[in-house]
Amino acid sequence: MELKQESLAGTLESSDLFIRISPSDEPLEVVINSEVGHQFGDQIRAAVVETLEMLKVTKGIVIVEDKGALDCTIRARVHAAAMRAAGVTEVDWEALS
Amino acid sequence: MDSQHQSNAGTERAAELAPFGGRNANIPYPCGPEANPDRKIVDSVEEAVRRVGLKDGMTVSFHHAFREGDKTINMVVGVLARMGFKDLTLAASSLLSANAPLIEHIKNGVIRRIYTSGMRGKLGDAISNGLMDTPVTFHSHGGRPALIERGELQIDVAFLGVSACDPFGNANGVSGRSWCGALGYAMVDAQFARNVVMLTEEVVPYPNAPASIRQDQVDWIVQVDEVGDPAKISVGAARATTNPRELLIARLSAEVMEHAGYFEDGFSMQTGTGGSATATTRFLEDRMRSKGIAAAWALGGQTGSMVDLHKKGLIGTLLDTQSFDAVAARSLAESPRHSEISAHVYANPLAKGAVVDRLDMVILSALEIDLDFNVNVLTGSDGVVRGAIGGHADTAARAKLAIVVAPLLRTRIPTVVEKVTTRVTPGETIGVLVTDHGIAVNPRRPDVADRLKAAGLPVVPIEDLHRRAIAISGQPQPLRFLDRVVGHVRYRDGTLIDTVRQVAP
Repeated sequence: MELKQESLAGTLESSDLFIRISPSDEPLEVVINSEVGHQFGDQIRAAVVETLEMLKVTKGIVIVEDKGALDCTIRARVHAAAMRAAGVTEVDWEALS
Repeated sequence: MDSQHQSNAGTERAAELAPFGGRNANIPYPCGPEANPDRKIVDSVEEAVRRVGLKDGMTVSFHHAFREGDKTINMVVGVLARMGFKDLTLAASSLLSANAPLIEHIKNGVIRRIYTSGMRGKLGDAISNGLMDTPVTFHSHGGRPALIERGELQIDVAFLGVSACDPFGNANGVSGRSWCGALGYAMVDAQFARNVVMLTEEVVPYPNAPASIRQDQVDWIVQVDEVGDPAKISVGAARATTNPRELLIARLSAEVMEHAGYFEDGFSMQTGTGGSATATTRFLEDRMRSKGIAAAWALGGQTGSMVDLHKKGLIGTLLDTQSFDAVAARSLAESPRHSEISAHVYANPLAKGAVVDRLDMVILSALEIDLDFNVNVLTGSDGVVRGAIGGHADTAARAKLAIVVAPLLRTRIPTVVEKVTTRVTPGETIGVLVTDHGIAVNPRRPDVADRLKAAGLPVVPIEDLHRRAIAISGQPQPLRFLDRVVGHVRYRDGTLIDTVRQVAP
């Protein structure tokens, strides 16, 4: 999935996350700020990176403001932000399985 | 008995007694025309501090009835800092987020030691990051008067903020303009402190009755612009909830109260702070009416929802150490059966009788509860101090049934854990845990478990709740602490039940 524009997804509500994805020519850079980072930092990063890998996003800048979201929420928000950045409107359900 | 005997014997030897020397010879304050009825009133906090003879290293105390609206603690400590005092011990009945300005005074050496029920916000954060050389002593509301009675905590000067008092110092929390309601914590300090300085927004005509703090306890009176903002009492921990999950837990907890075996005519109860705990009251009315029973009394921390049941005749007497909202403060002023009690009467384990000794059921909150039912209400999931012991350990220890209410997860953080970060209330005193994912009963209370199961309530082992939490959140990484101790957690009997360590940077 090739990123074409900056995109946003999510909110700063408790149990949600706010994600910003920007196109870049550099290898993927992921910045995560989380209220629960001291206990779940590794798991949050894994959920973000795995979702991006699944969508074959290899370049870009990803900034996450996490408010204690569960993994399912993190994956959904990353997925939505990546699709918006790539201008993709059809969900590739195959890739999700 | 012996000393009584000796003093009686002494009166038999008239020659040893001082002879009469006039009505003013042997008393501290003159009688007669030269007596000044306003002699206690001084112009400034500085003047009061000079008159009580405060010295470096002494202990000053405060109450926290205004909670997040308090304007007395920061102001007085600011004055003491400007006057150049050092190495003071600050003994507040509790501290809140509003007390962040104290950080500066700790850094500057004005405050050397702290006794408190808890702390929140930037102050708790700074303490957990190693701000103080001496560990903070965290005590319960009943443990505080016990520390005072045992002599560990000796209050040299109590600075007590009130909305109004008369020229002799008679004060209550239901006159003047900034009502805080019950003054149960201030009453302890007025009773035990060597010197009592009243800070009041208004001086009202003598006598100001009823007197929660009495003229025979008060040394000096200072009129100040403001002592606190009552509108900020019911923010933070003492809030009223509209959160559907908290209401779900509150309803379940009311069902536990109904079926646990103590829901009989004339029962007694208390609800602690926290959304679900205070909201439980709202679900009791129908259950009381359908069974045709009423509570004899309720203890608090009183709230509007307790007052509502009281007005409807479903709670006979309200006993109140601090009023959590304006409705409760109003009721204290108006209802003859809404009665103010000091924290000493409320929960002191050394008192000749504390109200908690007679309590049937209490609903309590938790930041964490572990597989042994130990409860943490002091430190957050990051290990930082962000709560208060309050009456948690006191009521749990004495109530026939202590019910803890908490969501299974707060955002991603599990509430049911293997081992609590900080042990505040021992598991042996907790009966039931109510979460939004089910109810767990302490194996020490098989009688309660049987009754709740018979009533069809979703009772599961606490291990199941823990597994469920981890399945949703993932396994959290352990917190990292340094070896340095920043807080001593004292159980209500004064013993050390746990320590709080400095968080790793």
